Amino acid sequence: MTLQVIAFWALAVASVASGMAVFIVDSMARATFALLASLLSVGLAFLLIDLEYLGVLVILMMVMEMLIMAVFMIMYMMNPAGLMPMKMVHNDRAAMVIAAGVFVLLALGAFVTPWPRRRGRPPADVTGALGLSIMGPKMLVMMVIGVAILATMISTVVLATHRGRYDRYGDALEARRPVDPGGGRLAVRDDRDRHGEDRYGDHPGGAQQPHPDHGPGPSSPGHGHDPSHGHGH
Amino acid sequence: MGLHAFLLLASALFAIGLYGVLSQQSIVMLMMGLELMINGLIVAGGAFWYHVAPADADGQVLVLVAVTVMALEMAMGFAVVTAIFRARDVDMTDDAADLKG
Repeated sequence: MTLQVIAFWALAVASVASGMAVFIVDSMARATFALLASLLSVGLAFLLIDLEYLGVLVILMMVMEMLIMAVFMIMYMMNPAGLMPMKMVHNDRAAMVIAAGVFVLLALGAFVTPWPRRRGRPPADVTGALGLSIMGPKMLVMMVIGVAILATMISTVVLATHRGRYDRYGDALEARRPVDPGGGRLAVRDDRDRHGEDRYGDHPGGAQQPHPDHGPGPSSPGHGHDPSHGHGH
Repeated sequence: MGLHAFLLLASALFAIGLYGVLSQQSIVMLMMGLELMINGLIVAGGAFWYHVAPADADGQVLVLVAVTVMALEMAMGFAVVTAIFRARDVDMTDDAADLKG
């Protein structure tokens, strides 16, 4: 039994154990770090099979990803940081049976399937081969990944924005006065500047009139998760 | 540590993730299960590259795609959770059953 085999099994056990810990620990923040441990073990296991670049990529990427994830986890955490037991599950027994069944099936398949024999040997420069591949014959993959990342950035911002221009100016973007906390004074003043007339002066009470959607006055900006202020109503 | 050992690890990670996806009530914990499932896929992809066709870079490219999918899935998932939490104060799967058949 070589050192590599021992290292692989140690990493495999660590990965599976911390993967289980994700759904056992009481705090969502701890669950995030358990997931990070599982992913790091996989990244380290990749170093054993000549995947230096991908192993380091997984490690670096997942450290950052899980640190960001921890912030969101703490945002949505239910109980005070694991001081109370957390078990929020539905259909626990069936889920466990299905998961165990899937594991048995997959493991059985892995051992029974006659996998093809190994063809060729890893190139001397594995990372270089990957780089030449995605900049050459696999260029399409790289382009699709790039567009997918761009689309994700745009749609996450759209989804997570509290109020965008369609909320302020209506679906056709033609409201004269934006639906803003405080009656939209700033935008109206811009309008007046543009047209050289004092439209703001025509509505002296504008700033004091609370907008129907926005409660009693200008104290609303920056409020958090009040559902009554959400858009889409 | 042949192909079988790696595939066994991949199956275990996939099954644990599947348990989380099926059982967790909190949407963010459900996403942790999805991450674990993709983690299993990454292990399997790397193992297939090394043990079946190491001469080509295809397996490596596949792992690269899976790692990207993992990051994008997390970003989109949190954006959706934030949107539904803002609109309806919902962060549990049981309260978001509009599309239940």
